[in-house]
Amino acid sequence: MSEMRRVTAIKNGTVVDHIPSGNALMVIRMLRIDVSRSTPVSLVMNVPSDKVGRKDVLKIEDRELSQEELDRLALIAPAASIAIIRNHAVAEKLVVDLPSDLINIASCSFSNCITKNDREPLPQRLRVISQDPLEVRCYYCGKGQEISELIDNIL
Amino acid sequence: MGDLVTMDDLTNEEIDSVLVVAERLVPVARGDVHLPLLQGKVLANMFFENSTRTRMSFETAMKRLGGSVMNFSSIGTSVSKGETLFDTMQMIDGYADVAAIRHPRQGAAQYSADAVSIPILNAGDGAGNHPTQTMLDLLTIRQAHGSMEGLNVVLVGDLRYGRTVHSLSHALVRFGVSLTLVSPPSLRMPDEIVSDLRSHGAEVVETETLIEQIPNADVIYMTRIQKERFPDEDEYAKVAGIYKLSASDLTGAKKGMVVMHPLPRVDEIDPSVDSTDHAFYFQQAFNGVPTRMALLCRSLGVEVPEEVV
Repeated sequence: MSEMRRVTAIKNGTVVDHIPSGNALMVIRMLRIDVSRSTPVSLVMNVPSDKVGRKDVLKIEDRELSQEELDRLALIAPAASIAIIRNHAVAEKLVVDLPSDLINIASCSFSNCITKNDREPLPQRLRVISQDPLEVRCYYCGKGQEISELIDNIL
Repeated sequence: MGDLVTMDDLTNEEIDSVLVVAERLVPVARGDVHLPLLQGKVLANMFFENSTRTRMSFETAMKRLGGSVMNFSSIGTSVSKGETLFDTMQMIDGYADVAAIRHPRQGAAQYSADAVSIPILNAGDGAGNHPTQTMLDLLTIRQAHGSMEGLNVVLVGDLRYGRTVHSLSHALVRFGVSLTLVSPPSLRMPDEIVSDLRSHGAEVVETETLIEQIPNADVIYMTRIQKERFPDEDEYAKVAGIYKLSASDLTGAKKGMVVMHPLPRVDEIDPSVDSTDHAFYFQQAFNGVPTRMALLCRSLGVEVPEEVV
């Protein structure tokens, strides 16, 4: 990739690499990056990768994402590798760490869950039962969640 | 801390100790012994959905122990004006020492427990859990068989929507019980529950026919197919009345086999069973009182004396 750079290197910011192919736009949404107002964001999709076959890469200029923000990606890009760039050099390397509870990341997909009333004020809370394979249940109603449904319910 | 939302809130040792206390409280539950352990305490019975046995046995349990009860129903109250569960529970937090909650939505009990500081007892949330029913079921099984280890318990009927059997099956496998699940395909036990049960190392058999299970059963736990949980009438009509037990079906049963039912029954158990030694469902219904007494004491941190006289 480096010998045929599709997107210019950034001076300061965050690079999110090894996003499963096609998921980059979802990553932008999950990181709550407001593309109309924030600093420049470069996106490459569906590029060859030795590690994962095909992947997406995201470069966010002048913004350092926190571990907490990156952990939100666990549902769709658990294998993502993250580099914090300062003055053109990799200053820190981070990986996505799946938290035991996903708080206000996605809403429960069960139609009869108490949290379906969106006037109820307590946070959406999903519990990670197993990491691999990923198994997630609603903390309140206990229903198992399909990952594809959760992605539709990203908050 | 004193919450009881699912059976996971109790260790096996805690279950044992609650059942021992419940057994000790039977004379108080019958009204033979006066024991005002909960005098001055107030229970809020928060029923957002209809109930007969659960609400009344909570009320009797509290009153027999000298406490008082506020009965709440969602009809004609602030809930029908659109109040959130969170807000309703905030009010109760200030009015009562403990609350029993039944709600049509799943997860409502855990949600309430997180919303307030008083202990919450889940009295049934949607098709989710019903742990106080499970505790009284366990008491009944112990009264009939002594230990639970190695028993073959046959759960029959609506295993999909029936919250009673969801809570009960989780608890039974923790005590080394083998389960036979009898239901029509459309009312099978949810996959995540069957997978949980098997991950406990329990033997779980799924089948559609009841009669051939009778000779090997130690407990036959019948349930009503609940019309109100079906999305449409046609689906209900297909499975209504599918399992019926009468006295003549029980001739090949083990001597100590007991028939249980959380009640109300419709036609799952013929009245001819009532007069057999197998019928335990009315004793089971009574057990709701001492069991809920023991659970109220646990939630309120009140010790029950070793000798109840």
